[in-house]
Amino acid sequence: MKITLKVWRQKNSNTAGNLVEYKLDNVSEDMSFLEMFDVLNDSLTRKGEDPVTFDHDCREGICGTCSMYINGRPHGPQTGATTCQLHMRSFNDGDTIVVEPWRARSFPVIKDLMVDRAAFDRIIQSGGYVSVNTGSARDANEILIPRTIADEAMDAAACIGCGACVAACKNASAMLFVSAKVSQLAILPQGKSEHKERAERMVAQMDAEGFGACSFTGACSVECPKSISLDHIARMNREYLGAKLSSDNVNG
Amino acid sequence: MAWVTQTLSSSLGRKVIMSLTGLFLCSFLIVHMVGNLQLFKGDGGRAFNEYTYFMTHNPLIKTVSYLLYTSILVHALMAFILTRHNQASRPIKYAYSKPEANSDWSSRNMGILGTILLLFIIIHMRTFWYEMHFGAVPVAEYDGKEYKDLYTVVHAAFGELWYSALYVLCMIVLGYHLAHGFQSGFQTLGIRHKKYTPAIELVGKYFFAIIIPVAFAAMPIYVYLQVHHII
Repeated sequence: MKITLKVWRQKNSNTAGNLVEYKLDNVSEDMSFLEMFDVLNDSLTRKGEDPVTFDHDCREGICGTCSMYINGRPHGPQTGATTCQLHMRSFNDGDTIVVEPWRARSFPVIKDLMVDRAAFDRIIQSGGYVSVNTGSARDANEILIPRTIADEAMDAAACIGCGACVAACKNASAMLFVSAKVSQLAILPQGKSEHKERAERMVAQMDAEGFGACSFTGACSVECPKSISLDHIARMNREYLGAKLSSDNVNG
Repeated sequence: MAWVTQTLSSSLGRKVIMSLTGLFLCSFLIVHMVGNLQLFKGDGGRAFNEYTYFMTHNPLIKTVSYLLYTSILVHALMAFILTRHNQASRPIKYAYSKPEANSDWSSRNMGILGTILLLFIIIHMRTFWYEMHFGAVPVAEYDGKEYKDLYTVVHAAFGELWYSALYVLCMIVLGYHLAHGFQSGFQTLGIRHKKYTPAIELVGKYFFAIIIPVAFAAMPIYVYLQVHHII
């Protein structure tokens, strides 16, 4: 296949970037999107040019690192998949593909397509954990958890923190990410005891990081590689409002 | 009290204000629509004028009307604050974006739709509310009692083609605004459930997005046709 790429090139977070055009002539349709970038970078390196910096790690759809905004959508045209799970057969011979980094004030570009997603880490640090030491593995059925609850928590826990929800949202809102974490811990017995403080703290941190508010367009859930449901956002709204109305925290 | 201001200035708290004022305005639309159906009665305006007299003199309704004006202002102001904040959350836009692949047009353009509706409300209130309260409205007499003849004012306004056309267009805008707004309001409050959400979506998509705007749009169309002796 012949492919024309328009890739965002940006030296560092302090300089302005721009789209640069590259032409690739020998692209196999069986290549993953990242392998196609490997080929591009190989040719750039051989020419003595600076290769395109992009985040990648596991290349099997579970680490959430490969952030690329491809042809107007996070992780490209597929749904329920990351960039590493996207293959060139999803495109046509002769296509022009525009590749940009995630765009959000809270995700500053470090270089080219690589963005700093530490804002997510700080949100997790603010309350996305269980404080008590749960010790070694319990006997099965010692703590009874209904199957439906376990499944619901597992669906939320499938979040890989990739940031596609923020990238897709017109407001660059992190609601789907934060709600998946709040929801997962709130419905399990280990997380329940701290559910009020957790909702309060994580929402406060989300706001402090500068993410936008939720317009409920549903774009996040459609573009989420793990197809996390909007149900979790509703649950976080309930958790947060309930916590604000009933927690002992009078000072905000 | 710090927790109150902190909650209401959080992104979730601001959305709750949008939701509560928006849903209150939705409930007002039902009352407004049902009441104004008196225009179709064909009794020369008596039922309509008696209804407007009741609406401007009943103390409970007068009290609620102040809540209504406040809701419109707070809804618009909060939308402005949220839009500014949301735009600041993405200072550099995408060079190429395809949002139609993952979301409805109306859900992404609530601000534009709402701004048009705010301008409409201003025009609408200037024509009828202002005239009723401060203007020189002709007087009608039923059973020896005098009434402000708002019916004649309505006929004069809707007799103008451009004015009626503006109303019909604005009701289409209202339909798109409510198609997303009504169900979204429940999501913000955390009301989402397998049993009730499908019903909320149906009410939003059919009752608020179609039936209410069509009923309102029928009023200027009907009056225009009546004034020009087409029906």
